[in-house]
Amino acid sequence: MSTETLTTRRAGTDSVPALRRRRPNQFVSAIVIFIVPFGALFLFVYVAPILYSIGQSLFSIRSSGLGFGAPVTTFVGVDNYTRALSSSEFWTALGRILLFGAGQVPVMLIGALVLALLLDSAAARWVSVYRVLFFLPYAVPGVIAAVLWAYLYSPSLSPFVAFGNSVGVPLDFLSPEIVLWSMANITTWVFMGYNMLIMLSALQAIPRDQFEAARLDGASEWRIALSIKVPQVRPALVLTGINSIIGTIQLFNEPQVLHVIANSVDSSYVPTMLAMGAAFIKNDFGFAAAVSVLLAIVAGVISIIYYRIAMRNPE
Amino acid sequence: MTLTRTRPQKTERFQNGSAELRVSRSTAMVTMGVLTLAAVYFLIPVWWLIVSATKSNTALFSSNGFGFSGFSLFDNIVDVFTKQDGLFGRWLLNSVLYAGIGGLLATFLGVACGYALAKYNFRGRGVIFGAILGGLLIPSALLTVPLYLMFSRIGLVNTVWAVLIPAIVNPFAVYLGRIYAAASMPDELLEAARLDGASEIRIFFSVALRLMSPAFVTVFLFSFVSIWNNFFLPLIMLSDQSLYPVTLGIFNWYTQTREANYNVVITGSLLSVIPLVIAFLSLQRFWRAGLSAGSVK
Repeated sequence: MSTETLTTRRAGTDSVPALRRRRPNQFVSAIVIFIVPFGALFLFVYVAPILYSIGQSLFSIRSSGLGFGAPVTTFVGVDNYTRALSSSEFWTALGRILLFGAGQVPVMLIGALVLALLLDSAAARWVSVYRVLFFLPYAVPGVIAAVLWAYLYSPSLSPFVAFGNSVGVPLDFLSPEIVLWSMANITTWVFMGYNMLIMLSALQAIPRDQFEAARLDGASEWRIALSIKVPQVRPALVLTGINSIIGTIQLFNEPQVLHVIANSVDSSYVPTMLAMGAAFIKNDFGFAAAVSVLLAIVAGVISIIYYRIAMRNPE
Repeated sequence: MTLTRTRPQKTERFQNGSAELRVSRSTAMVTMGVLTLAAVYFLIPVWWLIVSATKSNTALFSSNGFGFSGFSLFDNIVDVFTKQDGLFGRWLLNSVLYAGIGGLLATFLGVACGYALAKYNFRGRGVIFGAILGGLLIPSALLTVPLYLMFSRIGLVNTVWAVLIPAIVNPFAVYLGRIYAAASMPDELLEAARLDGASEIRIFFSVALRLMSPAFVTVFLFSFVSIWNNFFLPLIMLSDQSLYPVTLGIFNWYTQTREANYNVVITGSLLSVIPLVIAFLSLQRFWRAGLSAGSVK
């Protein structure tokens, strides 16, 4: 992509070098018309809430005196942050999604990469059929997928539980030890095919003659996959990895849906549920905002670490 | 795109015996075995959903989940559309409106912005693009609660706007729009149109958008699906059931576990998924175009 832009730009500057420099002023009105509608809304629904959140996190709403009269908003500094950081609910919820991410993200991405490599290999047949089948779950809205799986887990409806009982193996997908991984399965089911497709697109963009050369040198298909293909799809691994990290941080649909049918999932099971409960049940917006800011920081830090590791030079 | 990609693969297979020979029978069997197992995993819940949508509430509990038992699909569909005075139809319509109008606006705004970022040189271009890319890295669910507080101050909560306004701001649309504008709109054409006396706006609408129409469809698809699938935003913003999108509506029925709602929730889920599956299957090449643009950094 970048080479194309470069060549066209070079061709453009050759013919009209003098015009180029005056252009910015000339096109101001067009630039404004194209950028301002998006830009203004972006400021309104992205930048403003971020600033508002940071602001909110420094204040607390306290009911005054005996509970009469309007509640008073007072500046409390980092009080909301210390409250969040010293609350066991916050650490439990954060620990859960970190555990979830450490287990689910690698399984899903490695699974997606394996499927993409298999579909890209010479041994695969009916590639387009499999590609569609793998991608199909992505068409199911996340919350609907969670409802679907909730029924597949529920003791009264689940055909898996019924089968387990019939062969004498009692299955409980909603037990406190298992339920987190039952959620991980839902996320994996929805997103594995989507990630597979991103990796497959990247794989198919690799020039084929590289494989031919390696084959002539006697490399096996396994060797080609590991030494030629995988290193070249690193940008796709970065993209899918960072997407998954951000998705894990805001994990909500699965626990919210399983919360309805499973006692093992409480109302502050994950940080987003904790923040929502703080905001709308306890009216503790400062605490909710502090949790959100902390989560955004965690997401940023983990994304940067992942990016560094994924793009590190193997040599 | 597809043609140029598959062609070398095929000639490789047929002309070059060595590549064909290297795939031993066992390798092929393992490959197809793993692919088929994966397909089964992805299809099992779909199969269960289709089978269950044909069952009555009693058959759901008394029969094997993966096998048919009686046929109540039409009764179930009638139940879905008559429950709560036909609210489900309203929800579907809401989803179509939110995702359709929102998706269209998101695409227009995003592509216009991406086009300007790709085609004009101006100070601050890099900063603007960087900020928008930064928007892609923000876990957007974290913005929803502050957005709710802001919207409640200006009286937007529990209106159509509370769902539509955040939905039409899609940083990914700008990102894709910029890539596609750089790739499909040559600078020479821009210069020629200018020499012909066309205004910048006119060039965008009658030349650039036409050249970028496949990209426009791709961006629209992504925006449409992300709005259709959204759940957290409407859950926070809306309290009036008649404004719900179908995802929130079905979740709401699902939470009423005391009523024997199962057949309605299951059949409603199936009905809500069908439009998207059709869009996915018929517009496959646009998906792949978008995903490959995203992955080649």
